[in-house]
Amino acid sequence: MISHNTLVVVLGCAALGVASGAVGCFALLRGRALLADAMGHAALPGVVGAALLGAWWGTDPRALPPLLLGGAVAGTLGLWAVHALAATGRIRQDAAIGVVLASFYALGVVGLSVIQAMPAGAQAGLSHFILGQAATMRTQDAWAAGGLALVSVAATVALFPRLRALCFDAEFAALQGLNIRRTDAALMGLILLVCIAGLPAVGLVLVVALLVLPAATARMLNHRLPGMLATSCAVGGTAGVLGALISAGHQGWPTGAAVVLVGMAFFVAALLVRREA
Amino acid sequence: MTPLSIRHLSVFYGERPALEDVSWEVPAGLTAIIGPNGAGKSTLLKAALGLIGHQGEVRFFGTTLDAARARVGYLPQRASVDWDFPASALDVVAMARTPRTRWWGRLPRRERDAARAALAEVGLDALADRPIGQLSGGQQQRVFLARCLAQEADLLLMDEPLAAVDAATEREIIRVLQKLVQAGKSIVAVHHDLASVPHIFQHALMLNGRVIAAGTVAEVFTPAMIVDTYGPGLSDAGLAA
Repeated sequence: MISHNTLVVVLGCAALGVASGAVGCFALLRGRALLADAMGHAALPGVVGAALLGAWWGTDPRALPPLLLGGAVAGTLGLWAVHALAATGRIRQDAAIGVVLASFYALGVVGLSVIQAMPAGAQAGLSHFILGQAATMRTQDAWAAGGLALVSVAATVALFPRLRALCFDAEFAALQGLNIRRTDAALMGLILLVCIAGLPAVGLVLVVALLVLPAATARMLNHRLPGMLATSCAVGGTAGVLGALISAGHQGWPTGAAVVLVGMAFFVAALLVRREA
Repeated sequence: MTPLSIRHLSVFYGERPALEDVSWEVPAGLTAIIGPNGAGKSTLLKAALGLIGHQGEVRFFGTTLDAARARVGYLPQRASVDWDFPASALDVVAMARTPRTRWWGRLPRRERDAARAALAEVGLDALADRPIGQLSGGQQQRVFLARCLAQEADLLLMDEPLAAVDAATEREIIRVLQKLVQAGKSIVAVHHDLASVPHIFQHALMLNGRVIAAGTVAEVFTPAMIVDTYGPGLSDAGLAA
């Protein structure tokens, strides 16, 4: 029998998986996986900063929304820093991503130790943002994840022709009057949304895998984008369900890691199937 | 009305000028842009299309690009996109109709038929559902040509439509280009093979960072002009034209 708590975690992880499956397709095709990784890591100082502010203000340190908002702000800042560094023309984007990812993360780690030296309560559960802890997911968190999945899927479907045109041939799309800058920004916004929402459950180290694994698996099994999108959502959702169930059955297994490992299993299976074909 | 009029166009990559003070009226018919590597041929097309920043004035059919967008088609270099993208040949051609696509991505039947007709025009209707990654280089080039046709433009700017294709594909593409010109379209194509210029094109722009010469092929495609454009080191094979 599945307990209420487990059910909440399973549904929340499934919703997260579906959302990241949808957004991950376009992140992969637009070559944004590394940027997503940088954003996930860059979120940490924002989460820690929000917790510090909360402690100073005297609010509930376990309340997720302010922490995630802080993470989103820092993630956006990290993204902007990557662009600004690359735009100088002195280092390439991959190097800029390395610089931003590491330095924001280091800042966050220092912030964590500062918070740990403070009176009890302030740092409650903050370290879970690094490796994820879906088991603590509450009913309202699962609802939020469900809402996020709905928004992500609806946005990718609504923007489908534009995102596809952008990913296949941005110049041609621009010539047809598509606003490349705005469409790219919409895609980055969706990626940020999924990364931030995935932080508490999967953790900032693994959140990029949530975007990449379902999409990469689906790419190997499909030759057209609509099929890839549907498969990716299905793989993401299934990995969420199975990962959550496995971790519930093995006390101490972090849910995020279990979800990612199930996704990995799908990926390897697809790799083998494709080699047969 | 002149399909494309360029006045005092300059492009800089950092401090280095890629194109300097290019003024050119594109005539009706089939026109080649020729010049050595790094002469700014692709840059000229992209700058005219507003894809890279530039100084100077560009007018399409006497108006701005925004106002004339539906009348201007573009065929980029084949290597400029990832051919491992999950799409069929028909999907790629249909992307030319993106402005007419419904918001959730389903093409109205009329648009789908137009995309199919464009594929048939380049002889690829049998391969409409084939993933683009499984097409040969020549077939991919023809898919790009079909996408350009599906734009139903009056002026087509093509970046090396004949690059790295086999002889049969080249004949097929040239046939399509000539048919378009007979239908009253204007075509500007970046072209590399000097020997074939007089056989295919009516007009030529000789370019090397600036305009060396522009006019009919008979006027400007002369040994002296070719030396002016490419420098004196060019082999006799090119000059034999």
